[in-house]
Amino acid sequence: MKTFSLPRIVFVVFCALVLLYLILPVLIIVPMSFSSTRFLTFPPPSLSLRWYEEYIGNAAWMQATRVTFAVAALTVLIATPLGVAAAYAISNSKMRIMRIVHMMLMLPLVVPIIITAVGIFFVYAKIGLVATMSGLVLANVMLGLPYVITSVVAGLQSFDPAQEMVARSLGMNRLRSFFAVTLPQIKASVLTGAIFAFISAMDETVVGLFISGGQYQPLTKRMFTALRDEIDPTIAAISTLMTAASFLLVLIASTRQKKSG
Amino acid sequence: MTHSTPDLSLRHHRREQGLMLALASPALLVILLLIVLPVGWLAWQSIYHDGFTLENYRRIFSEAIYWRSFSLTFQISLLVTVLALLLGYPIAYAASVVPKGWSVLILALVILPFWTSVLVRAYAWLALLQRTGVVNQFLQYLGVIDEPLALVHNTFGTVVATVHILLPFMVLPLYATMQKIPHDLMQAGASLGGSPSHTFWRIFLPLSLPGVLAGTTLVFVLCLGFYITPELLGGGRTVMVSLLVSRNVELYDQWGAASAVGVVLLLSVLVIFLIVGRFIPLDRILGQK
Repeated sequence: MKTFSLPRIVFVVFCALVLLYLILPVLIIVPMSFSSTRFLTFPPPSLSLRWYEEYIGNAAWMQATRVTFAVAALTVLIATPLGVAAAYAISNSKMRIMRIVHMMLMLPLVVPIIITAVGIFFVYAKIGLVATMSGLVLANVMLGLPYVITSVVAGLQSFDPAQEMVARSLGMNRLRSFFAVTLPQIKASVLTGAIFAFISAMDETVVGLFISGGQYQPLTKRMFTALRDEIDPTIAAISTLMTAASFLLVLIASTRQKKSG
Repeated sequence: MTHSTPDLSLRHHRREQGLMLALASPALLVILLLIVLPVGWLAWQSIYHDGFTLENYRRIFSEAIYWRSFSLTFQISLLVTVLALLLGYPIAYAASVVPKGWSVLILALVILPFWTSVLVRAYAWLALLQRTGVVNQFLQYLGVIDEPLALVHNTFGTVVATVHILLPFMVLPLYATMQKIPHDLMQAGASLGGSPSHTFWRIFLPLSLPGVLAGTTLVFVLCLGFYITPELLGGGRTVMVSLLVSRNVELYDQWGAASAVGVVLLLSVLVIFLIVGRFIPLDRILGQK
């Protein structure tokens, strides 16, 4: 076997280093968040929960956390039904215009986020939605829609629409047949889309920087502002919690996806 | 996928179409109000200020600070794209040829950072690269350097973090393409006497090119409009176009100038998508996001 040939060893080492480069920065925040000192020293000194206590004891961080979770939850509640309805229409219609509609619904992924952010800021400034909860939720619904639609369109592709026709021919109306026959079978892709919309809203930073303010500032905005000034280890604690939440949600999404597939 | 059974009357068909449009309309309304209208407004504002004016655009092309920023942005995007391809291609290749257990591990290591907040990753790089950061301390601990290196608050730090954040956008489309390349093709090449490197260069690489095109386009376009890493890791020196937009709004209250810069950036992105769209379907690129 040529398993241990030199080029192969070089290739394996190279890949291992690249994977380390990918994962190390994500993992490094964990020991930082448990460090007892303000500055990360190497090798790390004793462990403590100091930065977690600082985070939980700080009213501003707690308020920002509540805003983030409320925005993400409301975003999912609105974006999921809108996205599922649109995905259903896209999958069931061969109209030309529907392809244009589909492309337009993907716009949030195409337009650079800074342009979206400034544009929404201009419009919100005119109609008084800057620094409001509803403004923040609406913007995140828009940003989350492509994730729901992409996921559900993919789910509907492996679903046979004839099944829904059968249910309707047996006397169910369209709405009931959708909920009774179609939805249970695309449940996993709806859940995946909803989860990604949630993560997207939780992590969203740039639009929030421009349009949020006052008491309705999400975590990411406070983190960003704090990062401009100094490296506060409290942010490591918050980052660790956010990353853990993301990983957990991605894990749920991927196991669900496997079950249905 | 339409339910066009022969007995379906034209009227029924029309009603069906109306229903589908109605179902798509709430989502479409959100998109129209929150992205089409704002971007349209931006474009309008760039050419209208107490009457039509191209002054904002004239400034972009005449004042050094603007075109220098555009040229820096394109240079950084090109560098980031090349680096992401050089790092990402071997990873995607490895994931597509190793046994399933290993490929799941490799993909997990690519996808987990992908779903970590960009802000969190920018923060991690700040902590790693700053003067008292992990990398500098480690190098001093080893005795490689005496003085801490300036690894961040410059273009270097911006590029390192941006490549890290965009690398999954390169690996995922590459992997999707490579996975579909039939293994027997490579075996056929080998059985006909081709050396492994020969079969790679003559068979595998050409077949993976659609993935290369999708990945490089995505990374390049995303990098053009990147905001968080140059802002946090650039140290005020790496003024990419996105920073130019935000500064014109936040610091100088120059909405017209910000709009014009934004419009040029958006047009660059759209032109790139249009050109690439002639070679591969766009949803194949965007499906990765």
